Amino acid sequence: MTTLLATVCGVFASVDQNYLLQARQMQALSLAVHIPLVCFGIAFPAMVLFCEWRYLRTGDGLFRTLARRWSKVMLAVFAVGVVTGTILSFELGLLWPAFMASFGNVFGLGFTLEGFSFFIEAIFIAIYVYGWDRLAPRAHFLSGIPVAIAGVTGSLFVISVNGWMNHPGGFTLRDGRAANAHPWSALFGNFYFWHEFVHMYFAGYIVTGFLVAATYAWGFLRGRWGRYERTALTIALSAAAIAAPLQVVIGDWAAREVASAQPTKLAALEGLGPTTRGAPEHLLGWYNGHEVIFGIEIPRLLSLLAFHNPNATVAGLDAVPAQDRPPVNVERFAFQTMVGIGTLLALLGVVYLYVRLRHKRLPRSPWFYRAVVLAGPLSVLALVAGWITTEVGRQPWIVYGVMRTSQAVTGARGIPIGYGTLIVVYLALAAGVAWLLRRFSRLPLEVDRDG
Amino acid sequence: MAEIPIMFILAGLAAYTVLAGADFGAGLWTLLAGPGRASRAASRDHARHAMGPVWEANHVWLIFVLVVCWTAYPVAFGSITSTLAIPLFIAAVGIILRGASYALRGQLDGARGQRTIENLFALSSVLTPFALGTVVGGIASGRVPVGNATGNPITSWLNPTSVVIGALAVAIGGYLAAVYLAADAHRLGERTLELDFRARALGSGLCAGAFALVGLLVVRYDAPPIFNGLTNGGGAAMIGVSAAAGLITLLLVWRNHFGAARASAVLAVAAMVAGWALAQKPRFLPGLTIDQAAAGRSTLLAIIIAVAGGAIVLVPSLVLLFRLFLRGRLDPAVTPDATVLNPPPIPQKVKTRLLSALAGAALVIGAGVTVFADPGWARAVGIVCLFACAIFTFGLATAELGETT
Ligand code: HDD
Ligand code: HEM
Ligand code: HEM
Repeated sequence: MTTLLATVCGVFASVDQNYLLQARQMQALSLAVHIPLVCFGIAFPAMVLFCEWRYLRTGDGLFRTLARRWSKVMLAVFAVGVVTGTILSFELGLLWPAFMASFGNVFGLGFTLEGFSFFIEAIFIAIYVYGWDRLAPRAHFLSGIPVAIAGVTGSLFVISVNGWMNHPGGFTLRDGRAANAHPWSALFGNFYFWHEFVHMYFAGYIVTGFLVAATYAWGFLRGRWGRYERTALTIALSAAAIAAPLQVVIGDWAAREVASAQPTKLAALEGLGPTTRGAPEHLLGWYNGHEVIFGIEIPRLLSLLAFHNPNATVAGLDAVPAQDRPPVNVERFAFQTMVGIGTLLALLGVVYLYVRLRHKRLPRSPWFYRAVVLAGPLSVLALVAGWITTEVGRQPWIVYGVMRTSQAVTGARGIPIGYGTLIVVYLALAAGVAWLLRRFSRLPLEVDRDG
Repeated sequence: MAEIPIMFILAGLAAYTVLAGADFGAGLWTLLAGPGRASRAASRDHARHAMGPVWEANHVWLIFVLVVCWTAYPVAFGSITSTLAIPLFIAAVGIILRGASYALRGQLDGARGQRTIENLFALSSVLTPFALGTVVGGIASGRVPVGNATGNPITSWLNPTSVVIGALAVAIGGYLAAVYLAADAHRLGERTLELDFRARALGSGLCAGAFALVGLLVVRYDAPPIFNGLTNGGGAAMIGVSAAAGLITLLLVWRNHFGAARASAVLAVAAMVAGWALAQKPRFLPGLTIDQAAAGRSTLLAIIIAVAGGAIVLVPSLVLLFRLFLRGRLDPAVTPDATVLNPPPIPQKVKTRLLSALAGAALVIGAGVTVFADPGWARAVGIVCLFACAIFTFGLATAELGETT
């Protein structure tokens, strides 16, 4: 048995792969396509159910119309989420077979549980969306609840895997493979996973809320502003506007977890070359291999934020050998994009909430609505930038400190062909979606609104 | 214990073949819609509508098979995916194209480009099961050695066994779909469609049977160990069951008993999968038995617990879905989205003061604790407060909706 394991490890040890970079980009591309759809899986069912609940309580047909329309979008987004997610499952094996072979026994459980969430989500989303006229109102409402729950648990289980990749535990390493795996504690006894999950959960509401609100804000700018549109915008925008400022607090928590578990990632986020006592923070600028140049320096802020002590010592990139450092500029750029956008979104949210709660109305300035139109795509950008921060900051490790990405990659040829094909397919998909959106926006008003 | 997860995998594979296979088959019939008594368009629409509510759920079986495999038999999984990368990638692309064209097609009635999208859908419905079938063939004929891409990237899936199994997968899908669509047309009282799909079911059923026989011959020369397994002991028994069930199915279709035919078709497919498993047992890949491939004890235990627990939730849900679906409770809606009536909204009394106070307090405590407290439990309290703040504020912000401009 042990000899067999040894040969197995020997075979899986390391291969020559000239296209590691393309493999990583291919994985990143597929994830970046999948993840905005996931936000809808997390947040949209709850929003739809909120509308239906209002309908059941008030008998106001407008809420039913709204819930119905949104539920159709929800189903379409879910379908695209299903196929893009399937690609990801395939890719884990196609691109990183050695990672799966060596550690599948530790983290695989998370995906198994996720699979059951998807089952529940797929089953009840069908019942909910196809059952509008066919089920009793209360039964129909109830059939939507599993969708909302499964959307959240689905992302919870996948993120537990990502949390484990970033902060691995629950196994002993033998010949480069996991032995003695304890999957439950590895995935769910891992503190690193909680901030990722909560941060992503709020991101789900931010992205879904701003994107949905953006379409109605666009309508406002073109003069479509009935009671239906106002209601829809208020619900979606309220969700996003509340989540956005809170996300800043949670992001701060995330940064402190990173500081304690992945000091190298933190150093890369901030472009901190040497280990420094009372480390400053730099906005913008460029990391030249030793320090950040052309940036705006704020003394001691990094130490203060990361350790709540302006004189704390922060480990720099120098603390690890050069081959263990992530690409600093990509990392900084992604991080600052997320934080910059996050701050703007939080401000927009506060403005909205002030007007809404203080004056009990919606903002009137077209500039506000232009900002909301912009906030939709920007929130997606922040989301993807955030994931790039997490994933690129983990490099060169696929399992942090345990297995290098270069050890995980497949030995199969033809990665560039696969990558190229996937790009073409995703471009076609994007064209299809754009075409659909255009078609929707051209539908005559009467078709698009309630009576 | 090492063998329990493989049973999950096989059960998942059988379910996927039967359920998603029929969805693929429906795609095949949109391609081969003519000639028939009903118009091409009617035939296509029938095929397309029938899979609406269930295809996502059916598709998840594939995910289930993948994740159980990589958790319970990680080394085997890595070997398979790296050697058989090409057909798996083709299947993956087929799945995207299929899902996307299906979603697009739904919005496209009458628009330009409809034909292109329909053909894309149909082609990917053939390509995907074929590619997945070749993967099965590669594993069954022992062409996937243990290791990172150590097998031949081409002949591991372009070989006689793989090609036959790929063709068989397409035919089985077409057959199951035709039986199912005939039953559905019967339920809807569409006589011409029913006759069309009955004829298609008989044709594709004969094809599937022929491919299965050819497959047996091919395997005899191409993969003797499997052939031995299939013609001896449990494997032979299962093949016998499968053949008998297949014949009975044809008979039932012939006599217009579509419901019973569906059940026996399922049996034929399940027996075929079981026969393959028994024929190959205990070998997973060359030089790697199921025992050797299995992950450690606690992983296997975790998987078994997860699947058993999941099944408690899943089985009743699936039963509910298929009951509603087969009784036509999920057929496309007849009424439009908009409800015309607008009764005067019931004025709602929201305790604004109280909510504001609660939201404010939750915000201060939540943000303070999350930022400044270090122990894990305190932080958990902080997060809970932030959630509470979000909910209270949402209640305030949506108190009066749409009244103000
Ligand atoms: C709409 C999306 C969004 C917004 C507005 C923000 N984030 Fe974020 N952030 C994400 C969406 C996101 C994410 C969901 O994409 C990530 C990737 C992995 C994760 O856990 O959440 C993330 C990761 C992430 C990480 C790395 C965590 C890790 O590697 O484990 C840090 C340190 C922050 N964020 C910090 C912030 C701060 C300080 C923000 C304040 C302005 C902020 N984020 C706004
Ligand atoms: C490597 C990473 C990932 C893999 C392998 C993966 C896999 C999948 C698969 C296979 C599906 C389709 C399920 C079905 O058939 O119904 C899916 C959908 C989904 N995934 Fe992912 N996923 C990944 C990343 C993520 C992440 C990062 C999240 C959340 C943060 C997430 C959350 C979801 C959710 C909620 C759905 C349901 C679809 C929807 O609601 O739109 N996934 N994923
Ligand atoms: C929660 C589920 C996720 C899992 C399990 C996961 C897993 C992986 C894996 C296996 C790799 C390849 C190995 C490596 O490069 O280290 C990877 C890379 C990457 N992922 Fe994730 N990922 C997840 C979520 C995401 C999301 C949502 C994004 C959004 C864009 C993302 C962005 C990236 C990027 C940019 C890389 C490439 C990093 C590099 O090579 O520099 N990940 N991820």
